[in-house]
Amino acid sequence: MRHTVSVWVRNEFGVLSRVVGMFSGRGYNIDSLNVAPTLDESVSHITLTTHGDDETIEQITKQLHKLIDVITVKDHGAGAFVARDLALVTVEPPAEARAEVLRAAEIFRAKIVDVGPRSFVIEVTGSPDKIDALARLLEPLGLKQLVRTGALAAERGSLR
Amino acid sequence: MSDTGSDVLIRSLREEGVEVIFGHPGGAVLFLYDAIHRHGFRHILARHEQGAVHMADGYARACGRPGVALVTSGPALTNAITGIATAYSDSIPIVVFSGQVPLPAIGSDAFQEADNVGLTRPVTKHNYLVKDVRQLAGTIKEAFHIATTGRPGPVLVDIPKDVSNFPCEFHYPKQIHLPHYQPRTEGHWGQIKKALALVQQARRPLIYFGGGVILSRAAPELRAFVEKLRAPTTYTLMGIGGIPGDHPLSLGMLGMHGTYRANLAMDQCDVLVAIGARFDDRVTGKLDEFSPLSRKIHIDIDPTSIRKTVHVDVPIVGDVKNCLQKLLKLMEGEDFSAFQERIAPWWSQIRAWDEEAPIAYTQHPDAPILPQFVIDKMFQMTRGQAVVTTDVGQHQMWAAQYYHCQEPNHWVTSGGLGTMGFGLPSAVGAQVARPDALVICVAGDGSLQMTIQELAVAVEERLPVKVAIINNAYLGMVRQWQQLIYDERLEAVDLQVSPDWVKLADAYGALGLRASRADEVEPVLERAFAHPGPVLIDFRVSRTENCYPMVPSGSPSRKMLLSDPDR
Repeated sequence: MRHTVSVWVRNEFGVLSRVVGMFSGRGYNIDSLNVAPTLDESVSHITLTTHGDDETIEQITKQLHKLIDVITVKDHGAGAFVARDLALVTVEPPAEARAEVLRAAEIFRAKIVDVGPRSFVIEVTGSPDKIDALARLLEPLGLKQLVRTGALAAERGSLR
Repeated sequence: MSDTGSDVLIRSLREEGVEVIFGHPGGAVLFLYDAIHRHGFRHILARHEQGAVHMADGYARACGRPGVALVTSGPALTNAITGIATAYSDSIPIVVFSGQVPLPAIGSDAFQEADNVGLTRPVTKHNYLVKDVRQLAGTIKEAFHIATTGRPGPVLVDIPKDVSNFPCEFHYPKQIHLPHYQPRTEGHWGQIKKALALVQQARRPLIYFGGGVILSRAAPELRAFVEKLRAPTTYTLMGIGGIPGDHPLSLGMLGMHGTYRANLAMDQCDVLVAIGARFDDRVTGKLDEFSPLSRKIHIDIDPTSIRKTVHVDVPIVGDVKNCLQKLLKLMEGEDFSAFQERIAPWWSQIRAWDEEAPIAYTQHPDAPILPQFVIDKMFQMTRGQAVVTTDVGQHQMWAAQYYHCQEPNHWVTSGGLGTMGFGLPSAVGAQVARPDALVICVAGDGSLQMTIQELAVAVEERLPVKVAIINNAYLGMVRQWQQLIYDERLEAVDLQVSPDWVKLADAYGALGLRASRADEVEPVLERAFAHPGPVLIDFRVSRTENCYPMVPSGSPSRKMLLSDPDR
């Protein structure tokens, strides 16, 4: 099963390699990884997605906790959270398909951030599924490149 | 002259109560060695960096205080990695200082440059590159704290050459600031109550403990616990010394070369209490057939050890000593006579297994010396009171089976990583930690050749270690596997071309002795023990003796080979 995990780490030299090294050293997979500073500049936030059975995910979170530079680990597993990807999609459609590309972008609430004589760069945010869906749609219309952030995740606010 | 980084190192070590550094100098640590000289700090010169780290490790295992090693950059650090990984596998508290090229040269592929922090990341509990001399003292304090608390382990501090020479006023912090590193030492009362209730229901209980008992200094509590229950108790290779090996409640070691009774008890028990042990594959054998009938309690300070491979019914995260104290508190005033009566048939079963296949050997006076006989003699002559270090292989398993250590911190062996060559340097470190103890290194003729250079250190430092080579002129354990599992196709295991050990001892300035017949074993050991300096004894043992019981890897632990197959 796919899991999205948030890890808050001390913003120290080499901390990312400790996290990534734990995964590779123990044979776990990272499907996507996102790292950036938080408002507190001594802390970075990592969102990573991984997969495995319950025992594997339990080990992954425990092993992450065990790293000295890790502050908190939150496996979003079954909890309520929002996850978003950002993607930049380069499309070079044949002339007759340019309108269709624009339509697709509009339906997906994506933005055209660059236009060339033969190309568009489209910026899209959304759940990882949504981005996959847009990519599938653009594939036959001249999709040249897709770069994406991987999931960013945040817990939903409490209902009370 | 004001202090520099190198003074900060030495002063910090003094603050930590460190009395000795095991090390080897080189370009990047010259300022540090200059400070050792100026401060008159005790330093022991290993002949190879692997040896230096094993010495610090043996020191830590023999006295429980953290060992300290110092090596230079590049090849010294790569040499040290085997030692660091050995300590990591067995959770031994050591702090290793390495030299690094000066800050401006880092990343330039400078002479003797290596990414020390990157190279050691997977084999240290934590590591540091100190880029600012003002952070050196605080880093050292953190390093010792991390190495010795929670589940202990090695910590590396990498110090660039210029940092070791930057001026810096020494100030040792009183506090460390690691709010997110808070190992849980207090066992949860509720879980401990649950555990005791489960134990009290047992008909076929088994206590199984490991190195955690030694590391948390919990041997007295463990002994009180098992004696109160009068429950059968087995231990891992790392647990040796937690209770005396010949204690009436001891079933001996379990696992791949464990006793028949211990492995069958593990297979048949209905309640298993795992204490400071981690269900290593050498213990469990085939995982899905491991102890299939038992409900399991697991006490360990490291949450990742719990449910890593084996399902546990009652997990207890906490320091072994703390958890055992709480268990004992709950047991105060409780009467266990009904419990003991109920488990009497279980004890009869265990005794029957022991009669079926005890740990035993028969030494005929005219036959070649049996390795078991040598170890047994050592045990008898020292009453199990010596500090015993080992290399890795058949001799190690025989030592585990026949040398019934009486006390914790008397057994020094590379259990997790299985590092050949560990025995001699760790014996040097153990002897430094315990100058008055009899330290015996049970060595293999294969393993010893990996670190024999450290004999010079024993001679130089007048450390009277006794190295007993169980010499079968084979890489014996590999030969045993090739015989039993690879249809006797022996490959790359014959060591008949080896040094004359007596002459080699002499060349190093140590006493060399040899025993080739059974009746020579005792007099040679007597002579060795009486000699005030280091001794190397060449025990020419039977070439073909194998170590049993043996659970072939991948088999369930109840399926043991008990002797060589008939041909």
